[in-house]
Amino acid sequence: MRNGALRSELHPSDLVRTATIGARTRPLRAALSALGIMIGIGAMVAVLGLSESSKSELLAQLERLGTNLLTVEAGAGIGRGDAMLPDESIDMVARIGPVESTAYVVNVEANTYRTDLIPEAQTGGIGVLATEPNLLEAVNGTVAVGVFLNDASGRFPAVVLGSVTAERLGIESLVASPMVWLSEEWFVVVGILDSLALHPNLDRSALIGVEIAESLLDSDDPPTTIYVRTQPEDVVAVANVLPPTVNPEFPDQVNVTRPTDTLEAQEAADDTLTALFLGLGAVALLVGGVGIANVMVISVLERRSEIGLRRALGATRRHIAYQFLGESILLAGSGGLAGVLLGAGVTAAWALYQGWDTLVPIVAVVGGLVAALAIGAIAGLYPALRAAKLSPTEALRI
Amino acid sequence: MTQVLSLIDVVKEYPLTPPVRALAGVTMSVESGELVAVVGPSGSGKSTMLHVMGTLDRPTSGDVSVAGHRISRLSDAELSGLRSRHIGFVFQSFHLLAGYSALDNVADGLLYTGMSLDERKELATEALETVGLGQRLDHVTTQLSGGESQRVAIARAILGGPSIILADEPTGNLDSKTSAGIVELLHDLNRQGSTIIVVTHDLDVASNMPREIHLRDGLIESDQLKSIV
Repeated sequence: MRNGALRSELHPSDLVRTATIGARTRPLRAALSALGIMIGIGAMVAVLGLSESSKSELLAQLERLGTNLLTVEAGAGIGRGDAMLPDESIDMVARIGPVESTAYVVNVEANTYRTDLIPEAQTGGIGVLATEPNLLEAVNGTVAVGVFLNDASGRFPAVVLGSVTAERLGIESLVASPMVWLSEEWFVVVGILDSLALHPNLDRSALIGVEIAESLLDSDDPPTTIYVRTQPEDVVAVANVLPPTVNPEFPDQVNVTRPTDTLEAQEAADDTLTALFLGLGAVALLVGGVGIANVMVISVLERRSEIGLRRALGATRRHIAYQFLGESILLAGSGGLAGVLLGAGVTAAWALYQGWDTLVPIVAVVGGLVAALAIGAIAGLYPALRAAKLSPTEALRI
Repeated sequence: MTQVLSLIDVVKEYPLTPPVRALAGVTMSVESGELVAVVGPSGSGKSTMLHVMGTLDRPTSGDVSVAGHRISRLSDAELSGLRSRHIGFVFQSFHLLAGYSALDNVADGLLYTGMSLDERKELATEALETVGLGQRLDHVTTQLSGGESQRVAIARAILGGPSIILADEPTGNLDSKTSAGIVELLHDLNRQGSTIIVVTHDLDVASNMPREIHLRDGLIESDQLKSIV
């Protein structure tokens, strides 16, 4: 009974009050010491948030572009130069059950110039492709200005420019009825395409009708690339039967790709970058933790007499340790909270700027806060133990 | 009268080279309701005696009992508990928390008893009225004079009615007029029932007290019980 009466107790709300004394009496120092944690957590939350937001944007983009598009190209044949797709490929592909639509382009041996005065060697890297009006729909393309080729314009010297092509030729609008010099003929530009995320080769091409290509340029090559839209659930099955369908004799000379795979690969590359930035954030966090430990050690030295007073008032060593540990955790925790808000804010601002949906993963928010609190506990441990170890008489000596 | 403090053959040595014997065998006891002055020149061991009486330090040998508890049998945490309820301290340099109101500082007197803040503030208001600072409850420590600061510290020490109040040079930082006021306050509190031990080097302060213990070289030179008013 005797010793039971001799227990020091600290009301939990008083523990919080004592742990906030340092921050209340020296707010600037507290804010500066929490800054490091805030930057570290902020960077990590922002990186995770941006990565998540861009991923969700990618998924939305894939959704828009459709993952049910396959492209068929001729692979390089062994010992026989460039292989070609057989002429009848298109009809055969169209007969595969789950195939919804097909379109194709034919490579035309020609170059496109702004005027007939430009030396022939300066091709600008622009290819010419012959195609049919259904291409635009097959690749989910849109026209920036003008119109796409139709059955009528496909028979005449009319051309639709890919976005990069238009830029290189310096053609931005159709107001002045621009023409381009294409294989010794003037072609009227009838439209310019928007950039196609999945088909950079189309961006760099000038598109003309198949009929004009045959009549004017004697082009009668088989299709270079076939675009195949399938029913979404049968993409893989169709991809597997495409090579033997297109070229029963040499199925291994047929390349089938799913363009959306490229985007996913790009995203995987971004993940490496995300990991790098997360590492940098962790370093900032570590430095922030060292900063807090530093400030806490100084604080314990400065507040010796307060520690002595508290021991005289009946504080146990444990109470003293809790007070300084609590102060450290509160500092780091508030830095962490500010960091989460900062990171979320940066993510939201960037997402807004890019027109994405803002997505801050909950694991980043919770993880960030937990990490901050843990760092506060670790950083405060040594100073708190030092404060607790101080003997009352030593602490009271001035 | 019950005994609230007793020292039996208390020795305190500091392990320096050569060892310093600050208390060389002190025996004394204090009854409840006493007002005692412990006087001595610097180096006489009176600070050490205050620390030992206040359980802030343990003696090298000998027995110390406070409020019926032999401190040699108590753990460090139990000594803290003893201090939180049974011992009130008044220091020369007041030791008030800067930036806090008088009321908050006094309320901290029972901080480590687990009592709620509201209850402590209620008691603190009474204590501040007792020391004559009823009008200064919300004054921040920086707005208080030296004498007022020491009154706040005394109010904190008497909070909750401890068994014993230990005052370490309570007038050391004050001018003589203010000192007189503080001494008068200690007498008042004693008349109201507080047991107070004042450790001082000021003979004037001591001469007014009903009991004077003179220390020299770690030993009690004289222990005089006077029958003055």
